Amino acid sequence: MNETNLSKDELLAIYRSMLTIRRFEERLSAESKSGKLPGPVHVYIGQEAIAAGICSRLTDADWITSTHRGHGHFLAKGGTPAALMKEIYGRETGICRGKGGSMHVADFSKGIIGANGIVGGGIGLAAGAALAAQLDGKERVAVAFFGDGAANQGVLCEAMNVAALWKLPLLLVCENNGYSEFSRAADVTAGRIADRAHAYGVPSEEIDGNDLMAVWHSAGRAIARARSGRGPTLLEARTYRLHGHVESEDTFLPKAYRDQNEVEKWRQRDPIAAFAGRLTAGIVTQDELDAVEAEIVALVEEAAASADADPWPEPEAALEHMFA
Amino acid sequence: MARQRMIQAINSALREEMARDPKVILFGEDVRMSLFGDTKGLFEEFGPDRVRDTPISEVLMTGMAVGAAAAGYRVICHLMYGNFLYTGLDAIANQAAKLRYMTGGQITLPIVFMASCGGGRSSAAQHSDSTHPLFMNMGGLHVATPGTPADAKGMLKSAIRSDNPVIYLTAGGRGGAAGEVPEGDVTVPVGESICVREGSDITVVPIGSMVRPTLSVAERLAEGGISVEVIDPRWMAPLDTSLILRSLGKTGRLVVVDEARDLCSAASQIAAVAADAGFAHLKAPVRRVTVPDVAIPYSPPLEKAVIPHGDRIEQVVRDLLAYRTA
Repeated sequence: MNETNLSKDELLAIYRSMLTIRRFEERLSAESKSGKLPGPVHVYIGQEAIAAGICSRLTDADWITSTHRGHGHFLAKGGTPAALMKEIYGRETGICRGKGGSMHVADFSKGIIGANGIVGGGIGLAAGAALAAQLDGKERVAVAFFGDGAANQGVLCEAMNVAALWKLPLLLVCENNGYSEFSRAADVTAGRIADRAHAYGVPSEEIDGNDLMAVWHSAGRAIARARSGRGPTLLEARTYRLHGHVESEDTFLPKAYRDQNEVEKWRQRDPIAAFAGRLTAGIVTQDELDAVEAEIVALVEEAAASADADPWPEPEAALEHMFA
Repeated sequence: MARQRMIQAINSALREEMARDPKVILFGEDVRMSLFGDTKGLFEEFGPDRVRDTPISEVLMTGMAVGAAAAGYRVICHLMYGNFLYTGLDAIANQAAKLRYMTGGQITLPIVFMASCGGGRSSAAQHSDSTHPLFMNMGGLHVATPGTPADAKGMLKSAIRSDNPVIYLTAGGRGGAAGEVPEGDVTVPVGESICVREGSDITVVPIGSMVRPTLSVAERLAEGGISVEVIDPRWMAPLDTSLILRSLGKTGRLVVVDEARDLCSAASQIAAVAADAGFAHLKAPVRRVTVPDVAIPYSPPLEKAVIPHGDRIEQVVRDLLAYRTA
């Protein structure tokens, strides 16, 4: 059942976006364990509907800022999978020439201001991009993706205040996955994050972040509001990360911090399976979804193989790109 | 040439650069009111889109500067006091200084973070720091410390046109005095030091606010037949040590005067360069005239006791000239 005005091709593009993130990161997870990735990776598995749903409403002219868990936003906003893979492998051919790695992937040509290793670090940047968008006067918007952990950084309050006063075309997307690193959100977060917007007169919604359609609808309203000069919106998307905070955590955590039943419960609410279920209920055939799957598996395989084969940066490159 | 106070020179630079390039925008706390006078009249001339008062939210302001610059604007982020840069430090240290590098050179970040620095007005510890050493060590930033109205204007114009983030710090306490400022579009290139007074007996390198008292001391000593050469590096990063080393080759003696605390100050960096690249020229130890490792106190006699002033500079110069190896 199609409760959107999206064409079949558009719906398949969103599915492709979600599944690309999933298969890409499953490969990263495996390669993290195999030792091929030089640094830590934080995967987005389980949260794909949020990046895919929001970014399906954006163009290359719109800006996003992301988090340390940023591969999904990068891919959903149109970043090239192979360039991302090569970056995470630390290769010279990576999107950031091996200078940034997983936590700093960016592609400004696609409006991706970048992942960010500082929790909440992207919120101010997105507000600045929203100011630029407002000055440009071309109905561009800026989206800040951040987690429930970042919602406890003061900059969120500062950003809502200014964005409300200046009517900035800003969408604040809090992906509440239930954990600030290894601490339960309930232990470190008072009240409801969406409610924090009320104090600033900023509209907010709490939505099911595992429901692609729900994300798509809410994003559409918020982005239309921003594009028409009516100011910011805060969306709190409830979701869950099916993997840990960081892929290597089993090797250093002194004890478990999540109940496996809880993980299992959320696995039953997998956003990709749920969306596939909707699509196969009369919009697309299973064969069509299988074809997308095959295409993505090949793409990820090719990206990983080429990343593995590509050269490491020359040591001299460490001294380049500090200044213009 | 026109005689202007430093604050007027800064105001002229801002006005000229905003008129020159419509992509230049300015925001900060009380920029319409303009507590110091440096942003006076800009709102009236350039309007509410390009000149904005912000809330007192430094964490956001510095972050917005980075985001707006990444999205194509030339941003002047006015932070009022140097100490307030600490409040907004994440976006300066973790974002502005690193975003170009860590994305493999994909973007430029034309940002000027400007603030008034230094003591001398009983503003006490949280409004009187000289913060340039912190930013010299951050990497990815240019740091401007003009000591005269002419340089304040020419360096600010270069800072605004630079495609790199610049920390622009002017002396609050004793920087308001007048000086000759060239008319028209005169810029001071990033990283270019200057010899402000030629001499042959000893080299003195003052940083920012220390230029004026150093020149007074040089004048005074000249009356007694002591010839002081004064080199003003002007930019702490990139730090041009070429003139300092050339001067050292002539005099063999070096004093660095810095209003920052001594530990890891600009003075200690310059002394390190002199001890290395200038080792063969040295006839005496390199001396630093700096603030002891305390906070800047409130009461005038206490403040005077820690901030370098003419008498202290003169004494160190005399001591160094009298220095003889055993």
